[in-house]
Amino acid sequence: MGLSTFKGGIHPNDGKNLSKDKPIKEVLPKGDLVYPLSQHIGAPAKPIVEKGQRVLEGEKIAEAGGFVSAPIYASVSGTVKAIEPRRVTVGDNVMSIVIENDGQYETVEYPKHKPYTELTKDEIREIIKEAGIVGMGGAGFPTHVKLSPKEPEKIDYVVANCAECEPYLTSDYRRMLEEPEKLVEGMKIVLRLFDNAKGILAVEDNKRDCIEILEKLTEKEERITVKALKTKYPQGAERQLIYASTGRKINSKMLPADAGCVVNNVDTIVAIYHAVVEGKPLMHRIVTVTGDAVEDPRNFIVRVGTDYAELIEEAGGFKKEPAKIISGGPMMGFGIFDIHVPVTKTSSALLCLTEDEVAKYEPTACINCGKCVEVCPGRVVPARLADYAEHSEEEKFVKNNGLECCECGCCSFVCPAKRPLTQSIKSMRKMVLAKRKK
Amino acid sequence: MSDLKHVSSSPHIRSKITTSNIMLMVIIALLPTTAVGIWNFGVNALMNVVVCVGTAVASEFIYQKLMHKKVTINDWSAALTGLLLALNLPPKATWWMSALGSIFAIIIVKQIFGGLGQNFMNPALAARCFLLISFTGRMTTFTYDGVSTATPLALLKNGESVNVLDMVLGRTAGTIGETSAVALLFGAAVLLIMGIIDLKIPASYILSFVVFITIFGGHGFDLSYIVAHLAGGGLMLGAFFMATDYVTSPITAKGQIVYGILLGVLTGIFRLFGGSAEGVSYAIIFGNLLVPLIERVTMPKAFGLEKKEVRGNE
Ligand code: SF4
Ligand code: SF4
Repeated sequence: MGLSTFKGGIHPNDGKNLSKDKPIKEVLPKGDLVYPLSQHIGAPAKPIVEKGQRVLEGEKIAEAGGFVSAPIYASVSGTVKAIEPRRVTVGDNVMSIVIENDGQYETVEYPKHKPYTELTKDEIREIIKEAGIVGMGGAGFPTHVKLSPKEPEKIDYVVANCAECEPYLTSDYRRMLEEPEKLVEGMKIVLRLFDNAKGILAVEDNKRDCIEILEKLTEKEERITVKALKTKYPQGAERQLIYASTGRKINSKMLPADAGCVVNNVDTIVAIYHAVVEGKPLMHRIVTVTGDAVEDPRNFIVRVGTDYAELIEEAGGFKKEPAKIISGGPMMGFGIFDIHVPVTKTSSALLCLTEDEVAKYEPTACINCGKCVEVCPGRVVPARLADYAEHSEEEKFVKNNGLECCECGCCSFVCPAKRPLTQSIKSMRKMVLAKRKK
Repeated sequence: MSDLKHVSSSPHIRSKITTSNIMLMVIIALLPTTAVGIWNFGVNALMNVVVCVGTAVASEFIYQKLMHKKVTINDWSAALTGLLLALNLPPKATWWMSALGSIFAIIIVKQIFGGLGQNFMNPALAARCFLLISFTGRMTTFTYDGVSTATPLALLKNGESVNVLDMVLGRTAGTIGETSAVALLFGAAVLLIMGIIDLKIPASYILSFVVFITIFGGHGFDLSYIVAHLAGGGLMLGAFFMATDYVTSPITAKGQIVYGILLGVLTGIFRLFGGSAEGVSYAIIFGNLLVPLIERVTMPKAFGLEKKEVRGNE
């Protein structure tokens, strides 16, 4: 026994059964494709195409706007229709390149790289950077930056985040089941960058089948181990994952590299494989379309830029009127009000629920039950932090480690008084952090 | 198709546990001991339960109406307070004592401080102490089978012997809800299994109490003496149902253990060295007052900040 884990956390109904047993299906886009210039953390990309220009699949349409940034590639062939602000998942309008799909899927000639064992570290980093790869688990931090810590020789662990702890999401699960070799090869590529590092594939133990497959595949790999983690949300949160798989702890002010770790999620590592081995930039991702409102929930391999609405159609449309649509998982995703928004590099799921559990309950007075404290993986006291946030008591908020909250949502989930704890804490954090930047 | 869906901040799912179903479950878990009380002590016990619960709910309703506040009687917390008070009253308590106690609990202890979650003392216990001080005679007259008798703990204190089996089953004099350890433990087990309470407070309370009376009780580790102490004087009722009151116990895990130990020691002191034989109610009320302090010194260390030397940028 003795599965690795962390203190706190919750066990929500995982909803994974809806989609986990169906193979990933490819979707071809019907309408225009929209590429927001900001689909990563850092400077927006700069368009390098003009309206009316014809582009090929795999052609770069926007270049990185700085070191912490990432280029964007066309995922279909067609004509640039516009460069204009378009609505994205979070509700804002973001400058985007719109491409009219000509349905030809005519591709550029992808570069042929040497076998990765013959590439130098800098060459590998450069390929990853050029491929526009960002953290595809949701944060969207440019991967080449993560892979360029100040002292690469001090990295002891490269952790593949295969936990997939968010309820309903099954895209990593399907990927590990269908293309585990790509994950392992991708891991081997990343390990080439860090001479002293061990690779850990950290999988929650509700995915026994994946663990077995990966164990078999890595039998002969001395540098890679598979680590079974306890199934618990938020097992895949960066800090909790690092702790569970390596025993090291970092706080909000530290980067994983400060503890000798580099963490990447499954889809990101597979993207690295595609870039280095096949010469293909990041153009696709897997999206779980699920929820009790969807006729045929499943995973799709989607071209970045595809309209969400098309995915719902592909999944058989709605069988019941959804009350809530979420981009991402139910614990940390964004509620969206318009389904005509594009799939980006970081869109992990589209979740359509017939019941809005948040609206169902009205917040009542805190009864001091301590459940929020019990589940908080950040080991803070959410009930108090939310009080400080609600009363704008910034000093107390910071003193009581409000900034250590990772916004996992566990406290709001368990609170019997249905207080919007995470929401309050989140907005206060945002404010404090914004002030600090100035 | 731009019909507006609900948008709200994450997380988008909620557990099914609510304040009102927690309160309701505690009430249900108290029903076995309530039933034993009524079976043992007859119709006057039933009357007390009805008057306490009814008055508690009515006081909350009227107060909130008069103060133009949102009426919250459907969260079951007022009913629970009423029931707990009744279980802490002697079977021969009069209806007006019950009513007065409930009004005191709800209006003075709970609502004046801002309602549910804001009170710093357990309302039912505060009301019991208020009644004990105001009507000492009536509050300390106990009967069993219609005859006035001393409670087993009072007998024990005087050096007399007691029937431990009767105490465990509840065939003794005492307050309406405290006599049957079996019925109380059954209800407590339900709450433990459902995760509504956990063992931190009750276990540390009971353990520290046992250690205390073993050392200071003058009987050494005498099992029947210890069991008598545990089964009598409302200790089970107090440890599982009142010390665990969320509102008036510490929010932190460590704090809950500290609080439990404190209650065990206080109960021991009151029982062995105090004037009355019981001590649980006073111990908990006293413990309640120390909760803010206990919380302050037992705040958890944030993840990754446990050690002073933090690596990383500043
Ligand atoms: S306070 Fe933050 S880290 Fe703790 S449970 Fe709530 S959202 Fe998660
Ligand atoms: S879970 Fe909710 S009710 Fe319980 S202490 Fe935390 S904020 Fe208060």
